[in-house]
Amino acid sequence: MTLEPCDRCEELMQDFLDRTLTDREWQEAETHLADCEYCRRRYRFEETLRKYVRTTAAERMPPGLLGKLEELRGLDATA
Amino acid sequence: MGDAEPAPEARRIAAEARDRVRFEEEALGFADQVYRVARRLVGSREEAEDLVQETYARAFRSWRSYTPGTNMRAWLFRILTNLNVDRGRRIQRAPDTQPLVESDYYLANKLASAGGEEVLDQERVVERLSQDSVVRALSDIQPQFRDVVVLVDIGDFTYADAAQILDVPIGTVMSRLHRGRRALKQRLAEEAVA
Repeated sequence: MTLEPCDRCEELMQDFLDRTLTDREWQEAETHLADCEYCRRRYRFEETLRKYVRTTAAERMPPGLLGKLEELRGLDATA
Repeated sequence: MGDAEPAPEARRIAAEARDRVRFEEEALGFADQVYRVARRLVGSREEAEDLVQETYARAFRSWRSYTPGTNMRAWLFRILTNLNVDRGRRIQRAPDTQPLVESDYYLANKLASAGGEEVLDQERVVERLSQDSVVRALSDIQPQFRDVVVLVDIGDFTYADAAQILDVPIGTVMSRLHRGRRALKQRLAEEAVA
């Protein structure tokens, strides 16, 4: 069964953004995206979402933890 | 007489001490990244701190098993994820059959049908998805999917590194990542378009 162009483009999106498509698939997605505002918007949205999740979920190490880790240095294998 | 060469054994001990210090310095350089990932694998800050300390305790004890020049970051994260499993933090291992939304455009389509295509534009995304909802959505994903999403999308690991860390084939990483991302979007859609 052949997919509709937008369905096919959707299928390629994750790998497109991960840069793991073959050259041929990449070309296929690029060609469709050039003409399809609907898919282009969704690809851009996905890219924004990934960046947003990355920055939102990133919580810096609490102050003091590095000091506790420093104290673990030199631990004996038998300890 | 006092300028005599140190005995071979003394030289060996000194070299080992230097290697160990170098190893510890390098490992500590990843502490912030280790914490960031740990924080998303467990439910609370306290648990994450404990997990990171256990990770470093084990790493420092078993520093001889690390091969210099190999990927220390992946080596550390493997300890982290193994400890996370060992400590029984994860819910009973479920099969890879999390019921999932149909599509990768699911969240975008939900948002667009509720507020128009423009809500998908970069500057509007933050309005629709709060920081809390992202954190909640991540913690709601089944652990075996979340681990991969956290390693790849937050920890910045390649598929190959994530496969090495989790000790699963690369194809499993890819399928869990796809599922995990979809699950994340499904949860976000439930929150954003309630």
